[in-house]
Amino acid sequence: MSILVDSNTRLIVQGITGREGLYHAKGCRDYGTHVVGGVTPGKGGQEIEGFPVFDSVREARARTGANATMIFVPPPAAADAIVEAMACGIELVVCITEGVPILDMVKVKCALAEYPGTRLVGPNCPGVISPGQAKVGIMPGRIHLPGHVGIISRSGTLAYEAVGQLTALGIGQSSCVGIGGDPINGTSFVDALRLFQADPATHAIVMVGEIGGGAEEEAAAFIQASVTKPVVAFIAGQSAPAGRRMGHAGAIISGGKGTAAAKMEALAAAGITVVASPADMGKAMAGLLAGRA
Amino acid sequence: MDIHEYQAKDLLRRFQVATPAGQVARDAQEARAITEGFGGRSVVKAQIHAGGRGKGGGVKFAKSPDEAAELFGRMLGMTLVTRQTGPEGRRVNTVYLAAPVDIARELYLSLLVDRGAGRVIFLASAEGGVEIEEVAAHSPEKIVKVTVDPVLGLAGYQVRELAAALGLRGEALRQAGGFLRNLYRLFLEQDCSMIEINPLVVTAQGELTALDAKIAFDDNALFRHPEIQAFRDGAEEAPAETEAASFGLNFIKLDGSIGCMVNGAGLAMATMDIIQLHGASPANFLDVGGGASEEAVKNAFRIILQDPGVKAVLVNIFGGIMRCDIVAKGIVNASRDIGVTVPVVVRLEGTNVEEGKRILAESGLAILVGADLEDAARKVVAAIH
Repeated sequence: MSILVDSNTRLIVQGITGREGLYHAKGCRDYGTHVVGGVTPGKGGQEIEGFPVFDSVREARARTGANATMIFVPPPAAADAIVEAMACGIELVVCITEGVPILDMVKVKCALAEYPGTRLVGPNCPGVISPGQAKVGIMPGRIHLPGHVGIISRSGTLAYEAVGQLTALGIGQSSCVGIGGDPINGTSFVDALRLFQADPATHAIVMVGEIGGGAEEEAAAFIQASVTKPVVAFIAGQSAPAGRRMGHAGAIISGGKGTAAAKMEALAAAGITVVASPADMGKAMAGLLAGRA
Repeated sequence: MDIHEYQAKDLLRRFQVATPAGQVARDAQEARAITEGFGGRSVVKAQIHAGGRGKGGGVKFAKSPDEAAELFGRMLGMTLVTRQTGPEGRRVNTVYLAAPVDIARELYLSLLVDRGAGRVIFLASAEGGVEIEEVAAHSPEKIVKVTVDPVLGLAGYQVRELAAALGLRGEALRQAGGFLRNLYRLFLEQDCSMIEINPLVVTAQGELTALDAKIAFDDNALFRHPEIQAFRDGAEEAPAETEAASFGLNFIKLDGSIGCMVNGAGLAMATMDIIQLHGASPANFLDVGGGASEEAVKNAFRIILQDPGVKAVLVNIFGGIMRCDIVAKGIVNASRDIGVTVPVVVRLEGTNVEEGKRILAESGLAILVGADLEDAARKVVAAIH
């Protein structure tokens, strides 16, 4: 088993006729995901690289039975694409687009509450992969290994780093969720932790946070109260200056809040194995798993 | 994106939010004329993108038009050092003159997006004119937070809640609804990320007015606000950062000696962290983006090496879907073209990694290959000792 995506996932790509959208639609299909089509308004009726193109999500869903979508629509229309997918009953909406205005996300978040059947992952994220089953995202599939460690990360490449370290040690992953680097996102650390806790195929969790906001502190409280599986955490930005946005829209220490030190302290206080070095994520997980074996 | 006080106040006026009259003076003569227009007195204010101007000598009261002209002359071109500018300070290129106000009470008001709630919030406090972080530290109960429902907007009871928190009475209380609603409208329509009115003032005449104003905008939404983009002041930004941005690179200058070139923001921060854990300091944050093309790598090298404090460079590329042989060729060509003279340690991960490492090793350049993140960090720190 796994979370969010598996062999039953039937994926459409919103923005499939764009360069990135098409490239990654093919990447997901090559990995083994059932990519059943794509949506680009005004380009319906075409077929591109074997993918049928539809004018709307409603039509795509009716014709293909899609239950998941991956969004590459540019920032000005990305929020609209998310809301369209929600309104059409798509269960999993993964928004890869970087640069969505934050007030657009305020509205999306508000609308999302009306659609309890939809889960949004992202925006500004690499997507979700369940190794050996399905990939819905832009991550390199070949670094992954099927197994039992769940990964949750705000950063894309840092998630790949965690995966790379685990795979090099022969430790496989159940699912890897990139929740994205924006200040407002669809799936939080707590949401993903809840899914991993409930997934029998996940035996342990790696959580990769970074400076800014309070999501890691909330995760620490949730883990202490409700997660029985071992967790390894790393927080990026221990050396970051205050008041500067470190690449991700959400990675900023403001008013003394959101420091790596405070997050690491909260996680450690909740009994989580916190590593100071990003090079130690895999080793620490190996140690925890050996201790439980 | 940040803007100047005078630009923020223009926006406030456009949205019918009360703020004292004011104008930018181009020369001393104009400073004198503006002050005469205000009845012979004015507040002369240096315009830089940093707080703490008052304590740094960037806000002065002029009791006559001549004094205003003299203060203007002294302020324009001065280097203003405040607790937010760092020791190097900022050059004052613009001076704003505001009509003086008889202050009865100083309050605090701000709007921002609460990340956890995913909503716009108001923060209000009767303790204004001091840093809100200080108030939050010693008496958090004096700050009232109101969360706005995106569908309902700022509700009547919330206006009353904020007005009560600010201790407004009489005329100021009557003005509060319009003032707060117009601010909220400004925040939404202009895609602000923060509006801070500190201090918000009740005048001796009992009126509500924004004595100072700091507005920041969501960079992601600037595409739909060309008029806000026109407020950008290049002189307030570090030249290297502006240059990097023009090449699609995300660069932030720091004080250390090890230059960093990384793909992805999280990995870039983590690379800085591991350098620090090995006892050295990063000279910068730099995210070359997903592609890491030869052109991007070349520009990144050039910008990193402009900093004379850089003694070695760590390149950390987790290739993912990129091919490492292509990245390696890009690094070799870029180092040759730029004439890189400091030690360079490269850590590559991804498709064709062996081929990539071979290209680096056979380049004849002083490039060290890191086997993994740990090895690369150890090697680059050793290279500066």
